Amino acid sequence: MSVAPFTPAQPVKSGLTGLPSSISHLPPPTGEFRPAVEILRFNTCGSVDDGKSTLIGRLLYDSKSLMEDQLEALERSADITGGGQVNLANLTDGLRAEREQGITIDVAYRYFATPRRKFIIADTPGHIQYTRNMVTGASAANLSIVLVDARTGVIEQSRRHTYLTALLRIPHLVVAVNKMDLVGWSEQRFNEIRAEFESFLPRLDIKDVKFIPISALLGDNVVDASLHTPWYPGPTLLQHLETVHIGSDWNLNAFRLPVQWVNRPNNPTDSRLHDFRGFSGQIAGGIVRAGQKVMVLPGGHITKVKEIHTYEGPVDEAFCPQSVTLQLEHDLDVSRGNMIVAWDHHLPGTGTELRANVCWMHQRPLQIGKKYWLKHTTQSVQAIVTAIDHRLNISTFEEEPTPAGLALNDIGEISLRTAQPIFYDGYATNRLTGSFILIEQGTHATVAAGMLYPPTEVVRPESSEFVI
Amino acid sequence: MPTYHLDHLQHLETEAIHIMREVAGEFERPALLFSGGKDSICLLRLAEKAFRPSELPMPLLNVDTGHHFPELNTFRDHRARELGAKLIIRTVDDAITRGIAIPAPGEISRNRLQIPTLLAAIEEFRFDCCIGGARRDEEKARAKERFFSFRDSFGQWDPKNQRPEIWNLYNARLNPGENMRVFPLSNWTEQDVWEYIRRENLEVPGIYFSHRRRCVRRHGQWLPANDLVPPRPHEEVRELVVRVRTIGDIISTGMVESPADSVDDIITEIAAARVTERGSRADDKSSEAAMEDRKKAGYF
Repeated sequence: MSVAPFTPAQPVKSGLTGLPSSISHLPPPTGEFRPAVEILRFNTCGSVDDGKSTLIGRLLYDSKSLMEDQLEALERSADITGGGQVNLANLTDGLRAEREQGITIDVAYRYFATPRRKFIIADTPGHIQYTRNMVTGASAANLSIVLVDARTGVIEQSRRHTYLTALLRIPHLVVAVNKMDLVGWSEQRFNEIRAEFESFLPRLDIKDVKFIPISALLGDNVVDASLHTPWYPGPTLLQHLETVHIGSDWNLNAFRLPVQWVNRPNNPTDSRLHDFRGFSGQIAGGIVRAGQKVMVLPGGHITKVKEIHTYEGPVDEAFCPQSVTLQLEHDLDVSRGNMIVAWDHHLPGTGTELRANVCWMHQRPLQIGKKYWLKHTTQSVQAIVTAIDHRLNISTFEEEPTPAGLALNDIGEISLRTAQPIFYDGYATNRLTGSFILIEQGTHATVAAGMLYPPTEVVRPESSEFVI
Repeated sequence: MPTYHLDHLQHLETEAIHIMREVAGEFERPALLFSGGKDSICLLRLAEKAFRPSELPMPLLNVDTGHHFPELNTFRDHRARELGAKLIIRTVDDAITRGIAIPAPGEISRNRLQIPTLLAAIEEFRFDCCIGGARRDEEKARAKERFFSFRDSFGQWDPKNQRPEIWNLYNARLNPGENMRVFPLSNWTEQDVWEYIRRENLEVPGIYFSHRRRCVRRHGQWLPANDLVPPRPHEEVRELVVRVRTIGDIISTGMVESPADSVDDIITEIAAARVTERGSRADDKSSEAAMEDRKKAGYF
């Protein structure tokens, strides 16, 4: 790399071994950039040889997100470790430990943009730690790409990734049938794989599934439509990523504001500030309007929203996932970990006896009777696991009764008892108010990710007592 | 008919504000690292959005390497005053004098020496959390780092032993002596930072914009001519129209030839850029794992 001038784009020099030749024919970027309107988060899952890294490399390159110095770094590492062969996996396998061992030990995040959207890729490796890694990478995703090798078709890992997508309630799934060039662009083969998936998809309750035949190596149907698949009428992968409807991925039905921080300026010289008492947080569900009736939990007091404060000034309404500060009509005792909810028929559940699916993420297995910290929204309470009801076989999606315990990468249904009641929704209703983590006491390791079952008991204020 | 959509900057903003407030809610003695660079300028605006009308619930901290661009320090002090924020500065020079940071024979770069200086400041003020402006798109090791990056009692990052981060639930628990580094801009790209600066109409130091400067050709880059490492007889010195894309120390920050003299120009320039931001930082180029090694030792 010589100097780093901002010259107009030059075609990347050819001669990069291992890189598809077509990349040098890409149109040069225009330099015009219209800000993208939305962010789409997606994760990619596949086993080592499914071509995942090649696919990411191509998406990054074709969207001009791969820069010359990155390509040079690739070349340099090719000279040192790869016997002169450029390996696109080096783009995503960031750490030296990974390069040396040829594995990916954790989730890597990648960013690229097109004029229509910005994308955050959580690149999750497909080897043995896949469950922990995928849960970490995919929990906030809008969309999950499961890569399948067209030659081998659906394998155990394809099933696991699809099950995890369903379990995490990622709203959109793309099955990318890769290496279509190696099966002669066969429509019949594509349909066979599709049929295999469709045999187990119905019981998974995934809202939106798309099948796309691609060749990540050659670029077919990744960014540009393939000439080899005239039988495929659908969008390319990137077209789909740019247009898939994600507007309804957030819960806008039931207002929830977990209080993160109490904003009290306590300014003795400015009377306006002296009386300011705001409750700050990120709206975890629904819409809030100035003047609206709300209930403050755990007290159960009913009051009204006096003002929705933002840095730019007061607003009439705010919605999930905006960060706001609410001022209330009444002077109530509200602190971090409390929750402000709409006083309507969408009240949250409450209780100390909880049931949840958990993904176990630590070497030390789950122990019945052991105390953990449970962090739910902005509240941390002590919790004891009272029972492991069953373990989920992630390869068959079958429930295995009465397991002895849950080990690293296991998923199971458990019962918990918390020291104080929490206010929550079922995970299927709201991913933010229906999820928690377990933290081991002492080491403070995050040991589990939990997805709550729908509540059996709903907040029920005895109206006259609670209304101020 | 209202639409309940956030655009990408609003989305990144609410994520970052949420993280800032988690820090304020979970830690006893947090600090916010403010250098005056473009990323930490965004951090300060996010802190205002998270905490106003209250005072910022944390001081600003800067490790001054002694090799900073003077323009940057001027801007840093001016911005802190403007916000009414407490600014703590700890210098590498002082750390060397006190024997906390020890230069290797012939070592001119202050890059490594920032680490013990920062760790000493953390100890001095008993900070349990430092907010930094690092982004995952900057570098491969950063791409694997969490929002809440746990550091052991030696300040070390262990990439193989990171706490999983699921949904927006951050595990902020520490034992005494341990420390957290928190990066609210993790998901931001260089482009996002400049678009945010434009949207929020934020002031930035003048060295980000095109200006005339005497530069010296060194290690394949144009570095600012400076007295710390004066041009040697064989080195080419030229006056060029340049700006900085990323700011490190004055002896290692590559100047890029550019006519961009407004935020709009910079955004257009980045959109057409063919090299990454860090391509102009000599400190990251020394080896494939340069950043990984420094982070393991306690660097940001």
